[in-house]
This record gives sequence, structure tokens and C-alpha cells, in this order.
Amino acid sequence: MSKFPKFIAGTALATLIAAPAVADVYGLGREALPEEIAAWNVDISPDGSNLPEGSGSVEDGEILFSDNCAACHGEFAEGAGNWPKLAGGDDTLANDDPVKTVGSYWPYLSTVFDYVHRSMPFGAAQTLSYDDTYAITAYILYSNFLVDDDFVLSKETFMDVEMPNADGFIIDDRAETEYTQFTEANACYENCKDSVEITMRATVLDVTPETEEEASVQDASEEAPVEVAAAETEAPAEEAAAPAMAEPDPELVAAGENVFKKCKACHKVGEGAKNGTGPMLNGIIGHPAGAVEGFKYSSGLQDAAAGGLVWDQAAMTQFLTKPRDFIKGTKMSFVGLKDQEDIDAVIAYLSTFE
Amino acid sequence: MSMDDLKTSRRGFLMSSAAAGGALLAAGTARAEGADPLITEVQDWASGLGDGVDATPYGMPIEFEADVVRRNVPWLTADPISSINFTPIHALDGTITPQGCAFERHHSGAIELRKEDYRLMINGLVDKPLVFAYADLERFPRENHVYFCECAANTGMEWAGAQLNGAQFTHGMIHNMEYSGVPLRTLLEEAGMDAAGDLSDKWVYVEGADASSNGRSIPMEKALDDVLVAFKANGEALRKEHGYPVRLVVPGWEGNMWVKWLRRIEITDHAVESREETSKYTDTLADGTSRKWTWVMDAKSVVTSPSPQSPITHGPGPLVITGLAWSGHGAITGVDVSIDGGANWQKARLAKPGAKMALTRFYLDIDWDGSEMLLQSRAHDETGYVQPTKAQLREVRGLNSVYHNNCIQTWHVNTDGSAENVEVS
Repeated sequence: MSKFPKFIAGTALATLIAAPAVADVYGLGREALPEEIAAWNVDISPDGSNLPEGSGSVEDGEILFSDNCAACHGEFAEGAGNWPKLAGGDDTLANDDPVKTVGSYWPYLSTVFDYVHRSMPFGAAQTLSYDDTYAITAYILYSNFLVDDDFVLSKETFMDVEMPNADGFIIDDRAETEYTQFTEANACYENCKDSVEITMRATVLDVTPETEEEASVQDASEEAPVEVAAAETEAPAEEAAAPAMAEPDPELVAAGENVFKKCKACHKVGEGAKNGTGPMLNGIIGHPAGAVEGFKYSSGLQDAAAGGLVWDQAAMTQFLTKPRDFIKGTKMSFVGLKDQEDIDAVIAYLSTFE
Repeated sequence: MSMDDLKTSRRGFLMSSAAAGGALLAAGTARAEGADPLITEVQDWASGLGDGVDATPYGMPIEFEADVVRRNVPWLTADPISSINFTPIHALDGTITPQGCAFERHHSGAIELRKEDYRLMINGLVDKPLVFAYADLERFPRENHVYFCECAANTGMEWAGAQLNGAQFTHGMIHNMEYSGVPLRTLLEEAGMDAAGDLSDKWVYVEGADASSNGRSIPMEKALDDVLVAFKANGEALRKEHGYPVRLVVPGWEGNMWVKWLRRIEITDHAVESREETSKYTDTLADGTSRKWTWVMDAKSVVTSPSPQSPITHGPGPLVITGLAWSGHGAITGVDVSIDGGANWQKARLAKPGAKMALTRFYLDIDWDGSEMLLQSRAHDETGYVQPTKAQLREVRGLNSVYHNNCIQTWHVNTDGSAENVEVS
């Protein structure tokens, strides 16, 4: 079978195309009604054709994304577990381990809208309105630094968005690059190699599924309660050991813990907290910026740290209000907290971790 | 059936074969010392009675074959609902894959759709948009064809190195069934294509009724050539997991295009560039650019036995080496087998002449001397294409192509008959 583009120039098509003129018609089926076609014919094409009326903002999209998408794709579309990352991965496609996201890989915005509207959320597909779909698509763009935080996506603005990898695709070229060399003429039958060495073994990796895995999973789950119990008994001791700290309002701390859910995907706090997508935040309040060991900060934050930035109440408030305005080029892809109470609460919560 | 239902694990099987090697040897070669009680003593089954004809209205394989099942690789995907499992090709023979153990790939789970609730719409650049009920489809002239269906990601985990230890896992994203259905061409003609004008640059967009929709764009040339709208496989209704009641069959082309629970066919003047043809099922090259529209599955083969899950359980002497070969470009014309890692090749025997876009079974019957082997197979198809080595493919594509890995596979067979997935120089 020839490839499609080559085929257009070919002669076989004439034969294939000629036949329908004399085709039988059986008179089966019935005419599709306009409202039936409208219900199913919802695919969106790269040129934006078939886009519905509607619009949605990054701001609304952030809330919708958090409610509908973040459980799998992370609060900032950074992905959770083995679920797809939707943001990041810029300039990684030629790397050993490319990160393919909407921003780094997807050539057309229409595909995002089409897929979100038609097939997402997982388990509740086709429940998002067109406006919601515009808003979530806008937020995914924002998470990829492709639009500003005040951007509103609509049928009218849709084609203004430039997708970074739009030119990153070529049409199947195997006929030229592979089929010409993988041929009978090039096939060897005798004494094709001087020596044959084993260069890699699957058993070294040992990733083939075994039923034995069930046993180890069970072991792990039996151990888990013990670990939890240990953590619970240790926690009060930690609090008791830190009497020097000014006690923040417990209600505010509790509220802050709730707000911090937005941050948890990237930032860890408490016993054994490690750096993740973002730095661990134990002791962050009142301490110099850019100082968590082992975290690779953006150059913007490094500059601010060099300038003597300290994460006091005022600085942290400004940062959390609009992170990208306060630290130009910050890696933190968070739109910011709109509510001053939320900011106060999360700072109070963070201040409890030394 | 889930992994939990498995009574016998693969490792369990391997260990029991190894432990019982001597007994197997004796039983397998029918050279027991002294008279065989299975012969000299009257056995229960030779005296009592078996099941009546009303015991099993629809039969499952006998319990002794409980190991011949689909398996999945949990770490591959985030959730088994949007995932893939693998055909136990190491344990099958012939070419037809029973539906019950033919690999499944769903993006939003295998749905249950009654024939009575089934609707198929044809719209877009047609003279008259149509809706068919299932019963309508059964009134069009029908054809029967045997075709393989291979996921574009089959062998995809092996790009960077030998990874999964078993033909089921390295090559089991494939099945081969006899389909009964109506040519897509017939349905398109029923709707009329005068409205589409010049068909040479037109496309057919197809989508499923499940939540994933899995829309794909197929060039009109292919749509009018050999694509089938199928409702039976291997003589019976499609299984739920294979798209009951109606799926698309796109011979020789990647499995993702074989849309299950087919609900809509739209003639368009462009590729829709859905998620499954942009963000997925595109092949990234070493320089970061990616190939798209890589529809055809190139010629490929694999030795299914001996292989890691199907070790040699007898000693030296007569050994059947067997495997499967296929090509999305047409018929398999020959298969070569090497037992020394590709230094020397001999022609395998094809069980039947190759058929277009269908699995071909090959055999090489040897007198095994009990020494180590590096087993490989190499497929040839009617276009003159010869299956490449992994090194040849990497040379062109790098390591991140994910899809369309049709490289030559190597099994290292040890003197004890066990086998391992390896790469060789």
C-alpha cells in the first residue's frame, strides 16, 4: 500500500474513484436529522472549523481544572503519577527522555479543545460545557506559559494562539529513509558477523510482571499501618520540641492547611519533606529566599535571593498574590491566590514548619 | 479474566518446569522405565463418564490451559481502564487468535453496547447523511477476510533495550481474526459521494461510541480500498472488548485506527488531527521532529517458541522452532531463522503461503544439539522489504520513536532450555 501523499499522484486512485459512479444503492438506513448530526458531529479541526460559540478565561479555567482535572493531571497540569503531564517539557523532544505535553508537543490547539470536550474528564466525558472547555483549554495554555493570566479563549481568539511544536511534524517518510535500505538486495545470509555478543539482558532490568508481585504488594500494605502509627506518635513530640515559635492562630493554621492542598503536588512540608517539582518549604517563612539546599531555582529567584530577598509576611504575600509578577521567570506555574485570607492562612500554616 | 484469577504464574510455570525437568523429559519422550501405569492401569476417565452436552453451552478452555491468558504490564499505564494487555502468542499455534485471549486496548474501558442501541452515522461531504441501525448493516452484501491487527506500540518498550522477558509482552499486542462485515466503500456509496467532488484529497474521519471516541482520519484511498465495517470475528459476534457490536477493520494499518464501537463516519477535506493522531501515535525521531501519519505496520516476525515463557522442556534432539510473521504491506513471502544471533540464516518453512495483511506461521524443525542458541527470525514481504535489526532502526529513528518497532528479536536459549530476551551485537 502506498502512502497517501504519494498516492495522490498515482494512477491507482483513478480506478478506485471511478467505481462509485456505477455503485449500487440499497436504500438502507434513513436520513440523519440535523439535530442528530449536531449532537455527534462535534470534532474540531486545526483551522478552528466547527468551533462552538463560547469563551472561557484562564482564571475560571484554574478553578475548573482543579475540580475536574487536577486529580490526575496535577494542579498545574504537571501530571500526577503515571497520568499524562499536560505542561512543561519545553525543548525536551530531542532529549533521551522527551516530555511530551500540550506545550512541548501538541501541534494544534483544536486537538486540546476537541479532546477535553469529547473525552474528558476521565469517567465523566461530555459533561463539560463549551464555556468550561474554553476555560480549561485556556488554563492548560497558561500552565504552559503560552498565554497570560488575563487571557480569555474564545472562538474569536482561538486561532491567535501559537503552538510551539506546530512545525515539529513531518509526514511518514519511511519509503525514502527505510524501505530503500531494508531490502532483499541488502540481506546477508552467511557469515554476516565476525562475532556475536549479548549486549543486554531483560532479566537484568527485571520489569516483567510476575504473580509474585501480589505477595510483595501485600507485604507492603501490611507494613504501611505501622509506619502511619509511628508518624502519628512522633508528630506531637515535634510540636512539643518547638516551644520558641510564636503560636499562630490554630484556626488560621487549619484554614491554611486546606489552602495548601493547592501547593502539595509540588511542595512538601513536615517531617522528612524533600524537594519535588518545587522546593520543600520547612522553615520558609522568615528565612532568606532561594536557600533550600539541592533545589535548582529559576534565575529570577536566584537574582532576588542575591538581592537579599527574605520570605517575610510582606514578601510572601506579594509573591503568592501574583507569583510571576513578583519574580520574573519563576518556575512556579501557579496563577496566585486571589483571596487575602487564603494568603494569610497559608503563611500561618507554613510558619508552623521549622 | 484478571491477573488475580490466574492459578499459575509464568514464573511458577517456569520453576515447575525446571524442577520437574526429569519427569517431563521422561513423560515427554514416552520412555518411562518399566510399564507406564497410564497404559497398564485403567484410568478414571476410561471407566467413568464425562460431562454431558448440556454442561457447557458456551465452552471455555479446559482448566489445564489456564495459563494461556491475556496479561498486562501494570507499570505501563496509569490505570487498567485506559491500558493494554497482551495476547499469549507464546502458547498459541496456527494463525487465528481466539477472541477470548486476543489483546485488548481501550482508552476509556470496554463498554457494553446493545445491538438495539447501536447507531452508525455517515455525515460530512456526502449526498445524503445517513443513520444505520445494526440490523441495516446485516442487509448489505458481506465479505470475509483474515487480517492481523497490531498496536503501533507493539514492541515499543524494547526501543531502548531488552526489557520484557516474554514474547507475550514484547510482541503480544497483535491478533489475527477472520472478520465478516461490509466494505466501508459500500456504506460510503450508499450515502453518495458526489458532494465530496474530487475524492483524491478527501479523508474519512471515524470515531467510536465510547467516552474516548478515539477519532482517526483515514485517507479516502484506503477507505475505498479494503476497510471493513465488521460485526463478526472468527465466526461469532465481536466480543465486548473487541468493539461489539461493530468495529472498523483497517488491514495492515496500526490497530488504533481499527475504531471499536464504531458510531460515526465523516467525509472531510482534511485530517481532523485528533488526539490519537497528533499527541499519540506519532513517532519522534532523534532530532526531536516527529513523523505523523505512520499508518502502515511494516513487516515483522518473532519466534514464539522456544521463548522465555515457552522454554524447551525436553533435552537435545528434535526441536520445533516456530513463530509468526506479518506485513502491513501485503503477503509474507519468506522467513529466515538464525540460531547464532544473526551470523547465519536459514529459510523457515511457512505453514501456508503468506496471505495479505494476515499472520503467517513458520516452522524450523531442527535436531538440537543442546548447546546455547541466539534465536532470531527475519520476515520478507511481497514488496521486497526485509525486517531490519534494532540497530538499523535506531540508526534511522533514534531511541524515542515509541511506535512501529519492527526489529528482529533475539532470544538467548540456554543449555537447560530456558530462554531470555536479549540484545546482541
